[in-house]
Order: sequence, then structure tokens, then C-alpha cells
Amino acid sequence: MFDTTMIMAILPEILMLILGLLVLVFDLIWKKRDGRDLGWLTAGGLLFILIVTAAIARPAESTLVFGGMIRYDMMSYVFKLLFIFGSMMTSFFMMDIEQLGKRGEAYILLLVATIGMSLMASSADLIMLYLAIETTSIPMYVLAGFMRDDEKSTEAGFKYLLFGAMSSTIMLYGFSLIFGFTGTTALTAITDFTLPLAVGIIFLMMVGIAFKISLAPLHFWAPDVYEGAPTPITGYLSTASKAAGFAVLLRLFLGLFPETSPYAPTWTMIMAVLATITMTLGNAVALSQTNIKRMLAYSSIAHAGYALVGVVSLSELGVGSVTFYLIAYVMTNLAAFGVIAAFSRVAGSDEISDYAGMSRRNPTLALVALVAFLSLTGMPPFGGFVAKVFVFAAAVKADMIWLAVIGVLNSIIGVYYYLTVLKVIYLHRMEGENEEAHPIPITRPYAIALTVLSFAILAIGIVFGPWFNIASSVAEGLF
Amino acid sequence: MNAVPVNYYIILSAILFTIGALGVLIRRNALVIFMSIELMLNAANLALVAFSSANAQLDGQIFVFFIMTVAAAEVAVGLALIVAVFRTKKSIDVDQINVLKG
Repeated sequence: MFDTTMIMAILPEILMLILGLLVLVFDLIWKKRDGRDLGWLTAGGLLFILIVTAAIARPAESTLVFGGMIRYDMMSYVFKLLFIFGSMMTSFFMMDIEQLGKRGEAYILLLVATIGMSLMASSADLIMLYLAIETTSIPMYVLAGFMRDDEKSTEAGFKYLLFGAMSSTIMLYGFSLIFGFTGTTALTAITDFTLPLAVGIIFLMMVGIAFKISLAPLHFWAPDVYEGAPTPITGYLSTASKAAGFAVLLRLFLGLFPETSPYAPTWTMIMAVLATITMTLGNAVALSQTNIKRMLAYSSIAHAGYALVGVVSLSELGVGSVTFYLIAYVMTNLAAFGVIAAFSRVAGSDEISDYAGMSRRNPTLALVALVAFLSLTGMPPFGGFVAKVFVFAAAVKADMIWLAVIGVLNSIIGVYYYLTVLKVIYLHRMEGENEEAHPIPITRPYAIALTVLSFAILAIGIVFGPWFNIASSVAEGLF
Repeated sequence: MNAVPVNYYIILSAILFTIGALGVLIRRNALVIFMSIELMLNAANLALVAFSSANAQLDGQIFVFFIMTVAAAEVAVGLALIVAVFRTKKSIDVDQINVLKG
């Protein structure tokens, strides 16, 4: 028996599946094409899905559909829009990359991964959750290793697969124990979770989630995979995939161990310690990086730590601030990786020292880099600043002032390495000082995507009220 | 008829899981690491089936079907990536897969 609620609950997934099939068919029948057609089809299709979903699939109240498998609430709605947006930007960035943009498979894998993430944010059952996580991960393994002839890319894909399979298996063992002790796989049916092995189960599940959001000590895969994977895929991996991990984290831990649970202090304390280690380690190691993708990998590890501060405070404000943080972070990091993709396409290098003189080689691209990096630093008036304020405010409100202090100190370390990149871009000159002879042309897809992202970063930073209302509506559904 | 107590299954699955985890950590051949991950998956499967029969619920058994499907997909992708790595490096020793570091 189908009704409109059921269709609405999985509308974005249905549309993305149809889009994926269209890409597959057109890949076969369009023989004469200039190479970007499939990219435009994917990006245009995702824009359509984004608008349709935003317009008609907004849930009025939180409901369970498909026999308790899928949750249809504000949280799934907001996160789905975020994933579709991230996926659209990624397809813009993919179009002009050699060996990636002309291949239909790449777009289909991207779409399937996005479907998986959408289901991750809305699953209400352990079976569904596991399947969603794997639906996301397996296409991402392939995409990370997509450049088959490139030694770095295959190695990145292989490492991602190895660590990913291992950590999801550990989480799966945690799921099997939950099923064993409670006798159900429905997350909503598990209300009083007082088990002999609860702390052990918390650890097992945390392994899987910590891998997804690259928390220390399970962060070690991130720099290698981020460096080796094609740059647009790295951008997607560091934003949408991480946001999906946070969605699962919020659902699982706030669902199984809410404030009233005797284990709430235990897991929040573990998370607080992990957040501290993650922030400090990410920032400290980022200082010494010479490859910009590696540096941003460590920076994204640090950002996972900041976002975790909001989770730890275990309040409505905390969850709202995490959601807001993720929205701002997705925009900002996508812009940063877009700049890197556009630059390395022409310059063929990811070394920070090669960015010297970029402000003269392409002033507009340098300006986008400025916006993105200042937002990552947490400077007003950009989105990253407001996001950090909310997260730290949530920590202070939850009597975790020490965590907020550590977070602020870490942001100060972050200023150093973000501004170093900007210094190289704006103040250093190329060897020979003939930048005009080496321009960096920007193709149309990059121009569109980077413009949208820059304005989004500014919009989140200046007019943050509406965005925070959306983020809070997510939190209300969880408490 | 005396059924085997569920504890036995759980202890066996814990042992299998530990052997798998140790295999992943200690062995250096990519294929053997993959086999160890499969062992860990099967440990989870065994636990799910045992719990399913102990709780008189079918959810666990259905879960196992899905896990086996996912494991097959994962292995297909994993073997493809191992072949890709072997073509560029002529080795599947994980200690040799070290271009990316720092």
C-alpha cells in the first residue's frame, strides 16, 4: 500500500535513480558529444531534483514509513538537500577533468553514492543503516581509485577500501550485539538501552562513524586518500560524505543513548576527548604540509573535531549548531577544493609553493580562494565564523567551557596555515615574475559552481538567521 | 533434543572476529587482508543468526542475507582495485603501497 507520504519520503532517491539511468542510457546512445554533455545532464538533473525536493518534499511532521525502515522528518529533508547540492557542485567540478568528466560511470557512481548518503540520513533501522552506509562507501571506493593508470589514485582507492571495509565491519559487529541484546533492529523500538556490554557497543559503533567523519585516531586514511583521489572526488569525500557520517552519529547516539540514558555522560566524555585530540592533531600536523590537498585533509580532520564539539553538548542548540556548521563547512570546503581542481587542471601541481603568483595569473580564482580559506579560518563575515560561534556557544552552554577554549585555541593555530596559503597566492611571485605569460583559464562549469559557492559562503555568514532556523528545525525533531 | 546454547555461538563468533581483526593488522598480503575482513563479516553473520534464533526473530537472518550481498559487492570492488594496484606497482604487498605518505 503506497500513499503520498511514502513517495515523498524517498522522492529525491527515486529521482536520482532515474537520473542515473538516464545518464547510463545517454552514455550509450550519444556517440557524437563534446565530452561535457553527461556532466551537464547530471548537474542539470540534480538542480531539478534539488528544487523539486525543496519545494514539495518538506515533511509536515516526523513519520516512519516503509515498515519503520525510513524516517521522514526535517533532519532527513535538510541533509538530503545538502547532499544533492554537494553532488551537483561536484559534477560541475568533474566535467572538465580528463579521464573523469567524459565517463558516464563516474556520474552514476556519484549519484549512487548520493542516494546512499540520503538514506544514511533517513534510516531508522540497523539493516537500512548498514545498507545505506555501504551504498555510499562502495561507489566512493571506486571513485577514489578512478584514475586507473595513476599510481596515486589506485593507491588511494585501495587504502580507502581497506580501512573502510574494516571499520564498517567493526561497526556491523556492534549492530549484531545490539540486535542480540534488544531483539530488534528498529532504532525507534530500542528505548531503554541498559545492557551489560553497552560501553563496548558504543566503542564498536564509534569505530565505524569515526572512520566516516575522520576522527582521530581513525583519521590516518584521510590524508592519503584525499591526496590520491581525483580532486573533485576529494572535495565530495570531505564534505557530503562527512556530513552523512555526522547525520548517522546524531541519529544513532541521540536515539540510543539520549540525555536521560545512564550512558550519556560516558559517550559524551569519550566524544569530548576525541574532539580535543582530533582538533589538536589535525591542526598541528596541517602546519607542516607542503601539498595543499594533504593540508586540507588535515584541516578537514580538525573541522570534524570542531563540529563534534556541538554533538558533545547534547542539547537542541548543540545539534542545531552542528547542522549549521556542516552546511557552512560543505559550502566552504567545496569552494576550496573547486579552486584546487581548477588550478591543478592547468598548472598540474598540488604543491603549495606552486601557487605563487596565482593572484596575478587569475585574480578571480584567487578571490574565491580568499573567500574559502578565510571562511575555513573562521573570519567574519564568512560562513565559517558564524558556524564556529554557534558550536562553541553550545559547548559553553553545556558547561564544557574547557572544550570551547581548546576549540578557540585550535582555530588560532588554523589561522597560521590558512593564511600561509593566501600569502603564497597573493604576495609571492612566480619564478621569472612573468605571471601574465601563464594565465589560468577557468572553464564555464567551474565559473558557475565557484560563483554559487562564494555567494553561499557570504550568504551564510551575513544573513545567518534563516539558515540557523533550518538547522534548529532539524534539532527540534531529534529531541 | 538438546540445542547448543547461544553462548557457544557468541563465543565462537567473538573468536572468529578476533582472528579476522588480527589478520587484518598483522598480514601484509592484500588478498589475505581481504580474506580476514571476510572472516570478520562472517563473525558478525554468525552472531546475528545465533541471536536471531535465540530471540525467535527473523530480523537477524534477513540482515545476514543483506550482509552477504554487500560483502560480495565489496569483494568485487576490492579485487578490481587490487588488480589496478598490481598493474601499476607489480606487487600487492601493503608495505609496498606507500607512494602516499607524510
